[in-house]
Amino acid sequence: MTIAVINSGGANLGSVVQALNRLGAESVLTRDADVIRQASRVILPGVGAAAWSMNALREHGLVDVIRGLAQPVLGICLGLQLLFESSEEGDTPCLGLIPGRVTRLPEAPGLRLPHMGWNQLKWTTDDPLARGLAGDEWFYFVHSYAAPAEGAVATSEHGREFAAVVRRDNFAACQFHPEKSASAGQTLLRNFLSP
Amino acid sequence: MVAVRIIPCLDVRAGRVVKGVKFRDHVDMGDIIERARAYRDQGADELVFYDITASPEQRSVDVEWVERVAAEIDIPFAVAGGIRDVERARAVLHAGADKISVNSPALKRPQLVRELADTFGSQCVVIGIDSIRDRNGYRLRANTGDPGNMIDPDLDTRAWVEQVQQLGAGEIVLNCMDADGVRTGYDIEQLAEMRAICDVPLIASGGAGRREHFLEVFEQADVDGALAATVFHSGQIAIPALKDWLRANGVETRVQAGSTQVVQ
Repeated sequence: MTIAVINSGGANLGSVVQALNRLGAESVLTRDADVIRQASRVILPGVGAAAWSMNALREHGLVDVIRGLAQPVLGICLGLQLLFESSEEGDTPCLGLIPGRVTRLPEAPGLRLPHMGWNQLKWTTDDPLARGLAGDEWFYFVHSYAAPAEGAVATSEHGREFAAVVRRDNFAACQFHPEKSASAGQTLLRNFLSP
Repeated sequence: MVAVRIIPCLDVRAGRVVKGVKFRDHVDMGDIIERARAYRDQGADELVFYDITASPEQRSVDVEWVERVAAEIDIPFAVAGGIRDVERARAVLHAGADKISVNSPALKRPQLVRELADTFGSQCVVIGIDSIRDRNGYRLRANTGDPGNMIDPDLDTRAWVEQVQQLGAGEIVLNCMDADGVRTGYDIEQLAEMRAICDVPLIASGGAGRREHFLEVFEQADVDGALAATVFHSGQIAIPALKDWLRANGVETRVQAGSTQVVQ
């Protein structure tokens, strides 16, 4: 099994590769369309701003490549947001694989942005990514923008409810960082890799 | 609801973990990876590594050990020490750090904060602030890793907390120097004052000696995380027991599967 981790140019993409290494999974950090198409699993990580990342994907001719993937795909953090139709961050169209617009989390007294730290999920439906999880685990989040909670597989809350895990067909994504979420994140990544 | 973060801080010198009192007299506390792995297993929510010799010696952090930590550890970690330009920050982030923490170089050139935030996003940019009480309030210190080279940048702590947020800081670690290493409790008064003007996550640093100090700082200063070194390194406070106790006292902490079974 080869796992393609799409090199979208963000700062700490290495973390995802290292998490896969810890699970004994072979992966390659790439922006080569053929490598991505032929991989058995594809991960779309993302750190940075939505408009900037969409530009990077466009520049490397990866927008249609990603849209056309049929194997299991996992978006992480910004990678989740990019699956939606558009984002308020830089007011950019995104990949449009899941309906909805990504918006900024609300500013409110006592509510810090970025939403940075460990938070819990509310699973709304059964999903293969949740196998082996009790449901009360904590995951590590770092973000200021979030996708709508409607239709999400799992939600979380920071000022408002938002999508923490989404799925549409072979495309799944999580807003938190499983690669930085200790044992719970490891379980989720292992679920993504398992046949 | 987001949990408060318990953050062991590892001062690093020549690839080893060390700890001093009031920034002096450092004692060897062991191997970086061993320490980091133990804290991860005990349920630490995040780690901070300070290369304490980097800034005073005019050099930047060595990325080799950052790579080793990143390969081993699956919780977030920040690296501090002599990061004074975008290129060095990039090297540290690419080596696998989640955040970079900048202190003295930002004082020397505040625009660095904006450059880092614009390039990597605010979420990567932590500003470390060493603050000391004086007659008129709170003032900054720089180059605190080396008492011989410590300087007084003649800046009010409040003004700096406001300025770095405007420049794009994503988090502030406020180290209250009068309290550092002496285990008499966090400087609640100072932290609460800065909390009132700090919209980004604020991490308390300096002074933890007993579990009550953690409860105090979360309840009274409303900080997002508490950083400590001595009490964790010495084994005086066990993280799983601390987190259980905080939770029992109404402060939300993360439970890690299996972490309560760890015996220190």
